[in-house]
Amino acid sequence: MTFKGGVEAVRGISLDVAPGEIVGFLGPNGAGKSTTMRMLATLLRPTSGTATVAGHDLLSDPSGVRRGIGYVGQGTSVAPFTPIGEELVLQAQLAARLGLDEARARVRELMALLDLEGLEHRIGASLSGGQQRRVDLAFGLLHKPSLLILDEPSTGLDPASRAALWEHVKGLGITVLLSTHYLEEADALCDRLYLIDKGVVTASGTPAELKAGRTLDEFYLEATR
Amino acid sequence: MIRDTGVLLRHYLRQVFKQKYGLVITAAQPLFFLVLFGPLFTRIGSWEVLVPGLIIQLGLMSAGMAGFGIVVDKRFGVLDRLRATRTSRLALLLGRVLSNAAVLLVQATALIAVGYALGLRAPVVGVLLGLAMVIVLGISLASLSYAAALSVPKSLFPSLASTVVVPLMLLSGAFLPMSMAPDWLYALSRANPFTYSVDAMRELFAGHFLTPTVAVGVAVTAAFTAVSLLVGTRIFGRANA
Repeated sequence: MTFKGGVEAVRGISLDVAPGEIVGFLGPNGAGKSTTMRMLATLLRPTSGTATVAGHDLLSDPSGVRRGIGYVGQGTSVAPFTPIGEELVLQAQLAARLGLDEARARVRELMALLDLEGLEHRIGASLSGGQQRRVDLAFGLLHKPSLLILDEPSTGLDPASRAALWEHVKGLGITVLLSTHYLEEADALCDRLYLIDKGVVTASGTPAELKAGRTLDEFYLEATR
Repeated sequence: MIRDTGVLLRHYLRQVFKQKYGLVITAAQPLFFLVLFGPLFTRIGSWEVLVPGLIIQLGLMSAGMAGFGIVVDKRFGVLDRLRATRTSRLALLLGRVLSNAAVLLVQATALIAVGYALGLRAPVVGVLLGLAMVIVLGISLASLSYAAALSVPKSLFPSLASTVVVPLMLLSGAFLPMSMAPDWLYALSRANPFTYSVDAMRELFAGHFLTPTVAVGVAVTAAFTAVSLLVGTRIFGRANA
């Protein structure tokens, strides 16, 4: 992926994620993690390369990709001045093509699952960071995607909110591709990890394979030195 | 696409009509012109000339500034969230622009009603045709406003929009017919598509329906709207928008 002005953000990344796996991206800021995730979510068009996402070709069938994935971007996507219940119902109507009543039922179901009950009339700006990220997760799950893409979903959250968020992610039972800066979380949560640096994959494997007798912190510091 | 456009239109209209003060404030400036400038203007012109001009002013101030909304949505990630759904780019744009056009229609109707109270005597058919043009103009102005808001740095959009709106408004002949202008200014006004819209609306308000001015105004407005929608959709779907 090369941006205008010649900045090459991602160069020849090759990855595969099996159904049901939780796969993590690690890497320093600016490594190309978000660019890769935005490409896989059809928000950026790659300048070269191919990918099949949720069974659909990224370039020839972006609409099919969008039907199969849930995307939770870096930073919240909760509208600051609209009641979150309204935004969730809108998202359900658009992403899942549900009628109004079905959309409301699906929103109630997800709000209960994500401990958001009673917040539907609150505007986005009035929620805590942890609540906002759980609403973001709800946005990504409304249409029951087969793949969930989470770009640093726990950044900026307090430890309790982070733990609650990851508990929800673990309990989903769907394929997840996530990025995080919290190595202990990646270690505990992910089946496999990809280390990305300067736009290329520099290491990949299960957490145990990457650690090889070290802590994941030690591996990461060595690998990104 | 039609279904998604309808879903989005209802959502945005609900949001807009919750903020009644915003609706009134946007329409206040043309209403001030109507009440405080109208009695002066009608010493040399007529209400049928002034009101269409003020409707164009209203369109530029209302739908032309619609891009502000998307600046907020882009900043807070709402736009990306919607773009990551299966909803077509055209529906994402149309839902917004149709809500802007609907708001403009309500505001223009209020303006015309006040105009009638002050002395406007346009035929009903002319007014209805004029309002149809207002909807088309609203779609075009809002599309361009969104395209501009997504194309320039967010800090630049407010000053850019207000700077562009003023010459477009003055060159359209909204306040005084451009037939009174010196040659160079008149020639410049001919490059402004809104000039043709104002001219056509004035003809309609005067009860002249089948004239070359109306035909040209409708054609220019329709063509301009088609181009605006095309530009808006392309920019909405652009990778880094």
